[in-house]
Amino acid sequence: MRDAARFVRNNPTLVIGLVAFTLIVVSAVFAPLLFTGDPRAISPLRRLKPPSELNWFGTDHFGRDLWTRTLYGGRISLVVGSVVAGASLVLGTAIGLVSGYNRRLDAIVMRVMDGLMAIPAILLALALMALVRASVGSVIVALVVPEIPRTVRLVRGQVLSLREHTMVEAAQALGARTPRILGRYILPALVAPLIVQGTYACASAMLVEAYLSFLGAGTPPVIPSWGNIMAEGRAYVQLAFWIVLFPGLFLALTVLSVNLIGDGLRDRLKVR
Amino acid sequence: MSLDRREFLVGTAAAAALLAAGPAAAQQPKRGGTLRFVPQADLKILDPIWTTGYITRNHGYMVYDTLFGTDDNFQIKPQMVDRWTVSKDNMKWTFTLRDDLVWHDGTRVTAADCVASILRWGKRDTLGRLLLGATGRLEAQNAKTFVLELKEPYGLVLESLGKPSSNVPFMMPERIAKLPDSEQVKDPIGSGPYRMVLKEWQPGNEVVYERFADYNPRSEPPSGTTGGKRVYVDRVIWRYIPDPATAAAAIQAGEVDFWESPQLDFVPQLEKHPNLVVFITDPRGNQGWIRPNTVIPPFDNKKARQALAYLVDQNIYLQAAIGQPRFYRTCPSFYMCGTPYETGAGAVTPDPERAKALFKEAGYDGRPIVVIDPTDQPQIHAAALVTGELLRQIGLNVDVQATDWSTAISRRTSRNPTNQGGWNLFHTWWISPDLMNPAVNAGFTGAGDAGIWGWHRNDEMARLRLEWVRATDEAKRRSLAEQLHRMAWDDVPYVPWGQYLQPSIHQKKVKGVLQNPAAILWNIWLDA
Amino acid sequence: MAGRVGGAFLLKRTLATIPVMGMVALFVFVLLRVAPGDPAAIIAGDYATAEDIARIRTALGLDQPMHVQVAIWFGRLLRGDLGTSIFSGLPVTTLIAQRLEPTVSLTVLTMLVSVLLAVPLGILAAWRQGSWIDRSIMVFAVSGFSMPVFWLGFLLVWAFAIQLSWLPVQGFVPMSQGVWASLRHLILPAVTLSLVFMALIARMTRASMLGVLQEDYIRTAHAKGAPPGTVLARHALKNASAPIVTIIGLGFALLIGGVVVTESVFAIPGIGRLTVDAILRRDYPVIQGVILIVSGVYVLLNLVVDLVYALLDPRVRY
Repeated sequence: MRDAARFVRNNPTLVIGLVAFTLIVVSAVFAPLLFTGDPRAISPLRRLKPPSELNWFGTDHFGRDLWTRTLYGGRISLVVGSVVAGASLVLGTAIGLVSGYNRRLDAIVMRVMDGLMAIPAILLALALMALVRASVGSVIVALVVPEIPRTVRLVRGQVLSLREHTMVEAAQALGARTPRILGRYILPALVAPLIVQGTYACASAMLVEAYLSFLGAGTPPVIPSWGNIMAEGRAYVQLAFWIVLFPGLFLALTVLSVNLIGDGLRDRLKVR
Repeated sequence: MSLDRREFLVGTAAAAALLAAGPAAAQQPKRGGTLRFVPQADLKILDPIWTTGYITRNHGYMVYDTLFGTDDNFQIKPQMVDRWTVSKDNMKWTFTLRDDLVWHDGTRVTAADCVASILRWGKRDTLGRLLLGATGRLEAQNAKTFVLELKEPYGLVLESLGKPSSNVPFMMPERIAKLPDSEQVKDPIGSGPYRMVLKEWQPGNEVVYERFADYNPRSEPPSGTTGGKRVYVDRVIWRYIPDPATAAAAIQAGEVDFWESPQLDFVPQLEKHPNLVVFITDPRGNQGWIRPNTVIPPFDNKKARQALAYLVDQNIYLQAAIGQPRFYRTCPSFYMCGTPYETGAGAVTPDPERAKALFKEAGYDGRPIVVIDPTDQPQIHAAALVTGELLRQIGLNVDVQATDWSTAISRRTSRNPTNQGGWNLFHTWWISPDLMNPAVNAGFTGAGDAGIWGWHRNDEMARLRLEWVRATDEAKRRSLAEQLHRMAWDDVPYVPWGQYLQPSIHQKKVKGVLQNPAAILWNIWLDA
Repeated sequence: MAGRVGGAFLLKRTLATIPVMGMVALFVFVLLRVAPGDPAAIIAGDYATAEDIARIRTALGLDQPMHVQVAIWFGRLLRGDLGTSIFSGLPVTTLIAQRLEPTVSLTVLTMLVSVLLAVPLGILAAWRQGSWIDRSIMVFAVSGFSMPVFWLGFLLVWAFAIQLSWLPVQGFVPMSQGVWASLRHLILPAVTLSLVFMALIARMTRASMLGVLQEDYIRTAHAKGAPPGTVLARHALKNASAPIVTIIGLGFALLIGGVVVTESVFAIPGIGRLTVDAILRRDYPVIQGVILIVSGVYVLLNLVVDLVYALLDPRVRY
């Protein structure tokens, strides 16, 4: 108990982030139990109603309940954020390891990565979305691609510096095979920076998903993601401000909580 | 008919505004100034023959002129034509142009220019193809006169040349009109009241027009697309603002003068504004369509199309898509209410149970019905969502596929099965000049592959339509139109989901705005 | 100092940008090739026949073998030809040139505002590390880049343009029509973007200042009794400035993302709206052109940043 209290005192950002994030995850996962209805059900007679006892967050221009849509919308952001973080870490680590170990491939891989890094992430994601039919899957792919080079650079940098490390050189001299060196020395050293990188990738993916949807090139509009709700509500900013207000607030809080977790972990794990 | 129209408008502020702003009051028009106009869409294509897009048609009315026009009461009147004669048997027509017609590049308008323009238009337009199909000889006799000789009877010669909506037979110089119809006209030289300033054109943002000083308006008062097209302002700037909230804020702040198609939800708020006027430019309004794809299941089956007709309750659609009762009305007429051939013949009343039974009879196999949903078109988006919901309510599988408008219109040309990019239901809307009789109504061709997307084929309808076109007797036309209407409610080439008005909003200082289904910007002046 | 940077480094670093831009150009080429739908069919329009499409394909060189197409593509790029828009038929270079001023104004103003405000905030936070000032600056910073830009934009429009009517809601006025008129239109979008960009710069400034403040010579300076202000300005900031400049360069990519979204909120006719329109309409030549140009600017900017870095930090040897 006392340990817990000390942990909270020493890691305030991390704890606040974790608590907020957990609340948001719970609200999205258990959305059906939280006084919601069908997020797609339209009711033309109850259009653009302000927040009330009946519709806590008001209704949109099709009379859809915004409390319901906002809670369900969290599912898309959370799925996109976590899948993008996971996939970019896995792919980036794999490519980074290969690149760090194979001189010849390294040259090619790093040129491709430099090229990808030279295109601002949102432009790259938008361009990729122009190629495919919009779906949650295609959004994830469009967000993973620009995220990979950062992980690759991180991993490659670590591999290159660790390879020079006396410990690794000694192990190699003793005849340890590459997989063993990887598992024993290199991967453990990567865990902390990768976790931190993952939280930032997750936070930025959730934002960019909203940007793409807002610009009309993201998650298909029938799916009530936060970006989509705001995109549809933008026409009504003057008449029904609540349509944009609530999903935006939820999105900002979610991204903030993930960033706080990232900051907290960075401090705790001593990642620079 | 007139009673319907009054109910449609009476007692509304819109009607009051309409009267107040009506044809130019006693005030003397002022010259000069720039009209900042927010158009309904972004002008991307300059060739009004190449596309049927309304925005390009409206651009056409700025820079081009027409041989004939259609006035407020659907009467055809001469515009570039000075006088014309027709033989007793209605087969040989001779047209003589006015003397004072000049192209924007300074050269004179000749009969040869007009012949080339008619030929290019006639390769594309529905009515144009009918006209050229019936034509034996079309040629210039001298610089000002050209002759049109029919090889078979055709009752709509003037109606075709004076056609008010897409594709309008706009006149262009011969060198431009000689371009193949598959190539876009890029040089907007016309003989219309405005000249486009090509080097100031910023696609996606601004189109700039200036008064064409050498334009000579007719002396008659303006009415529809006929009469004197007098220009008082020096410049017109079309500023494209895609976001309605931004456009609303801009017009309230006086940053723009005229908003062509405000989203209806903004109207109550904006009409309270002391400097703004709500104006109904087209008192007949628009008709919403649900167009089934008749070449793939389930709507290749007439019973499934009838089921759709029974499913559509116009009230639900109009509430969701338009919202404000004073701007909409239900209407059973495929030709639209308030038009000369309006009729309710053969119309069905909504009955979801009947619809459900008919889908069963049609052998519906549970395959998802693909509804295309262009989310950047508020009214069409709403209608598509309603259709999805209604189909779901009677237990059908529905796949509402969201997309944007430009993708939607290229996708609707696909005849593939739904799992290969095809579609089952497409929603859109049209204005009355495009629907008001069997000849112009693209849903009534029954032409199958040669018709518009949806490819509805009905040989009997096609035959009756041709008969209508050839008929010169009004009573016969009326009975044919009614017969066709009955057939349409039975074979269901499309289902109308209601009729609604699209108001415009402009600053009080904008005077002399004219009523017409297509936005026309002559006769307007700014009262400083 | 400049002598130590050396012509060789300058040349090497500059040449290194060529393969990067080559990759971008190749990527952009692939983009068009794997795009769904036949560009020729899109250009040909509703009523096109098979012959029309074939003719356009030939005109575009789409019937050539792939390696020839790649060669044609690079040849055109070298001549500065980015193709023409599928819809308007105007050259892509013209379309981009038309949209340059609003985007450049917005970007430069945002950079100015954010750097001028964020660097002092970052220094302050580092100087008073652990204090309430530091904490509140850092909370502000992390909130800043957790907020969706367009949402922030709407909040500001709602408050300052609609409720208070202090500033215009939308649009852009070129500088040629009056500096103040132009600035008035830029204030809200620039503030919106700055809030996000500032957050990033403040954090980075704080981090690199903290790093420098712990170095020995700073401690020595303190020990010698130099006033804190002098230590900060003379020693610490000078040494922290190199990483800060780098961040400004890297931040450009983030800023461009924000610009795309912000232009859409404020109806500013810049590169961002051109891009979004092109993407929604699948106008591939325009998409390609924008990516090439923006990436080119980004690569150039980072080149300049690296050179400045080398000037500021003599320890850097590549």
